[in-house]
Amino acid sequence: MSSVAHSVRQTGSGSKVEARKPRFRARTLVQLVLGLALWLALYRVIEPFAGWLTHRVLGLSEQERLGAAIAFFLYEAPKVLLLLVLVVFGVGIVRTYFTPERTRALLAGRRESVGNVLAALLGVVTPFCSCSAVPLFLGFVEVGIPLGVTLSFLISAPMVNEVALVLLFGLFGWKVAALYLGTGLVIAIVAGWVLGRLKLERWVESWVYEPIAAGAAVEDERLDFAGRVGRGVASVREVVGKVWVYVLVGIAVGAGIHGYVPEGLMAGIMGKEAWWSVPLAVIIGVPMYSNAAGIVPVVQALLGKGAALGTVLAFMMSVIGLSLPEMIILRKVLKPPLIAAFVGIVATGILIVGWLFNALL
Amino acid sequence: MKIQVLGTGCAKCKQLTANAEKAVQELGNGAIVEKVEDIREIMKFRVLSTPALVIDGQVKSIGRVLSPEAIKDLLRA
Repeated sequence: MSSVAHSVRQTGSGSKVEARKPRFRARTLVQLVLGLALWLALYRVIEPFAGWLTHRVLGLSEQERLGAAIAFFLYEAPKVLLLLVLVVFGVGIVRTYFTPERTRALLAGRRESVGNVLAALLGVVTPFCSCSAVPLFLGFVEVGIPLGVTLSFLISAPMVNEVALVLLFGLFGWKVAALYLGTGLVIAIVAGWVLGRLKLERWVESWVYEPIAAGAAVEDERLDFAGRVGRGVASVREVVGKVWVYVLVGIAVGAGIHGYVPEGLMAGIMGKEAWWSVPLAVIIGVPMYSNAAGIVPVVQALLGKGAALGTVLAFMMSVIGLSLPEMIILRKVLKPPLIAAFVGIVATGILIVGWLFNALL
Repeated sequence: MKIQVLGTGCAKCKQLTANAEKAVQELGNGAIVEKVEDIREIMKFRVLSTPALVIDGQVKSIGRVLSPEAIKDLLRA
């Protein structure tokens, strides 16, 4: 019986709304194109503007420490924020097509191997907040999605994070961003598959499998084009509104390291030669909980001073992919041995990725 | 009229409850706002993400923090 309300724009007397729809669409398109043009124009002027501000207005030289740090901040901060706005907007729109309900329908009845791959991919695009992990888990179990497939989703959803992806792209280029995306997916697929093979169902709280007497499933929400764009704008407001401070602080710390920490200082501690630095990064990273926005700029600065990419990537993945709050939430449905296996296998995956990159690059 | 906010107590759920209370207060229609925090009770509504807003037993929104204005529109409809 229950149904999700249509977007506010659509409610109202039927025929009138129908007649106005094409105009809405045209107007939204025009706004979209204008918005993109403005974005592009802003993106183009950042570099000359930052240079002008540093050298002409403040009279600083790149050779000085302060100059290097300030030039770095003035260029990176607006660049990263702009990239963030664009990607969060795009992801916000894409996510209106991938509701958790639709993802569940896509995963129901899949075999384990195919299911793991699909679950990891859907984990990237489906809107997910760790506070919803429990209802999502129960909903997946309800339609018979295998435990390992569900876990693939729960690994990939937080770990492959769009904010992290943007920051990596903006600060290191597409190769590192692609490596992060690819390895994050592989970890989610393989770890989920392994956990599925281990037959750990007995470590799931038994009440999870009790049937829930309930009405019909909730219908999927219907949104028009303007409604989807509206969601994109709303997610920009929500995500960027929340993380911009972390981004600025992160870049400021990065700028400080850029200007003041001598080259190669990190090479000894976090360099390729130090094999133990990867497990250490994971051990420090797992209990830490920060959003991606705050951690990436710091990581970039470390990398610039000689830390190895694999070590840094492992650190970042364990910070955002495995977090204490999420484990506490999952404890409601999973017993401690299963949580331990979950953390252990994902951490092992991250460890292997870290070593692999240090060895290959 | 009964409004239920489904959520296990995260920040977003608290925000949605506050927004619902504000909407009711501004409309002055005397609707009751109730928080549903027990996960089994939440699952009876068959939602996959929280917070969710339920009006008179009907799920109206899932996984989003609606503004007081949007909630008012739902209450008037």
